[in-house]
Amino acid sequence: MATRGFFGRDRGERDERLPPGQYDTGNSWPVLTAEVTPTLATDTWTFRIDGAVDRPTTWTWDELRALPESVYEGAIHCVTTWSKFDMTWRGVSVDTLLEAVGPQASAQYAVVLCHTAYTTNLPLTDLTGGKAWVAWEADGEPLDRQHGGPARLLVPHLYFWKSAKFVAGLQLIDHDEPGFWERNGYHDRGDPWLEQRYQGD
Amino acid sequence: MAGPWQGARVLAVRDEAPRVKTFRLALDDPTGHRAGQHYVIRLTAPDGYTASRSYSVASAPDGTGEFELTVERLEDGEVSGYLHDVVEPGDELEVRGPIGGWFVWEDGPALLVGGGSGVVPLMAMLRLARATDRSHLVRLVASVRTPTDLYYAEELPGPEVTVVHSRIAPPGSTRPVGRIQADDLAPAAPLVAEGATAYVCGSTGFADAASTLLVDVGWPVERIRVERFGATG
Repeated sequence: MATRGFFGRDRGERDERLPPGQYDTGNSWPVLTAEVTPTLATDTWTFRIDGAVDRPTTWTWDELRALPESVYEGAIHCVTTWSKFDMTWRGVSVDTLLEAVGPQASAQYAVVLCHTAYTTNLPLTDLTGGKAWVAWEADGEPLDRQHGGPARLLVPHLYFWKSAKFVAGLQLIDHDEPGFWERNGYHDRGDPWLEQRYQGD
Repeated sequence: MAGPWQGARVLAVRDEAPRVKTFRLALDDPTGHRAGQHYVIRLTAPDGYTASRSYSVASAPDGTGEFELTVERLEDGEVSGYLHDVVEPGDELEVRGPIGGWFVWEDGPALLVGGGSGVVPLMAMLRLARATDRSHLVRLVASVRTPTDLYYAEELPGPEVTVVHSRIAPPGSTRPVGRIQADDLAPAAPLVAEGATAYVCGSTGFADAASTLLVDVGWPVERIRVERFGATG
């Protein structure tokens, strides 16, 4: 059903990299958060993986940064309908971190914990196979606090609320445990290509 | 639960402030909202192209299935520009919602701090508090650039409301113009001891400044809820 008198802004060929219902935000990078933006010092910052793993592990900032660096080049997609293309992110692959802790067979889901009260949930398969990072640099700059610095989770194939800012760790569990936005009406998985924005999509 | 896309009839359109309009809508299938929630509006062009944006509900839940969205017309705003320039009573718009379960007030003491268009979801909370004789539970601090930029200017003022002006103050104002500061939040100080929740809404700059002020005056971080409005047209 067309909306009376709406033609949309001038547009050429639709960019095939744009998932349904999204628009290209260009050079801008909107900031959306639900909590007070913390200021985190890297000398006390930690990242921990525990739960259903053989070797629960805590990394300091320096220990994390000493791990092999991995790069993501591509787009990010926010559920509020903007997408941002051609970004370059640097961090450590979650695969590298999981290798260190040894997930047990029962580890099917992850609860992402943050240095704030924010949480989000993911099936473990969305964090493995080169699809997820703990990232500390975006487009050549250290990740600033507005965007979740010093480090955030980066899961760019899902809506960006899954890429938790101020990430503090992962807890691996055997069942899906809805996180902050997932308890507040948003989808459990959040695949932008399937437009999984809200519960029930 | 956001529910499916559904048709909403435009019942009325009114000017709220320069470049700001309020749209009163009626749903065929009334769902009811909570104060602080938003709806998504989706516009569809003849070739199938769509544009969607979220807008906060300004009205208190009243059980009628009608609600009001206040929309600021943004520079280059693809959706806000259409809503301002084209939409008139009798039109049908496609909406989805209500959405959001975090930035919601229902009961308990609350401090509401809004900058510019950030006052919209807070107005729903204030209206709900007043409509249910609970305005003693809330305090609202609204920051605007000039007196004419104040939304709901006829209705908003009251003993529980403080308006601060960042650029131009009304005649006779004793507060120097300037950004929101600790003194502006002083009347809300007793609320901290009562276990109040603070709701901060506005641009990134405003939300950051206001939430930092709250933390500085001793507000517990876990009792501050933030909603930021990006300029996303």
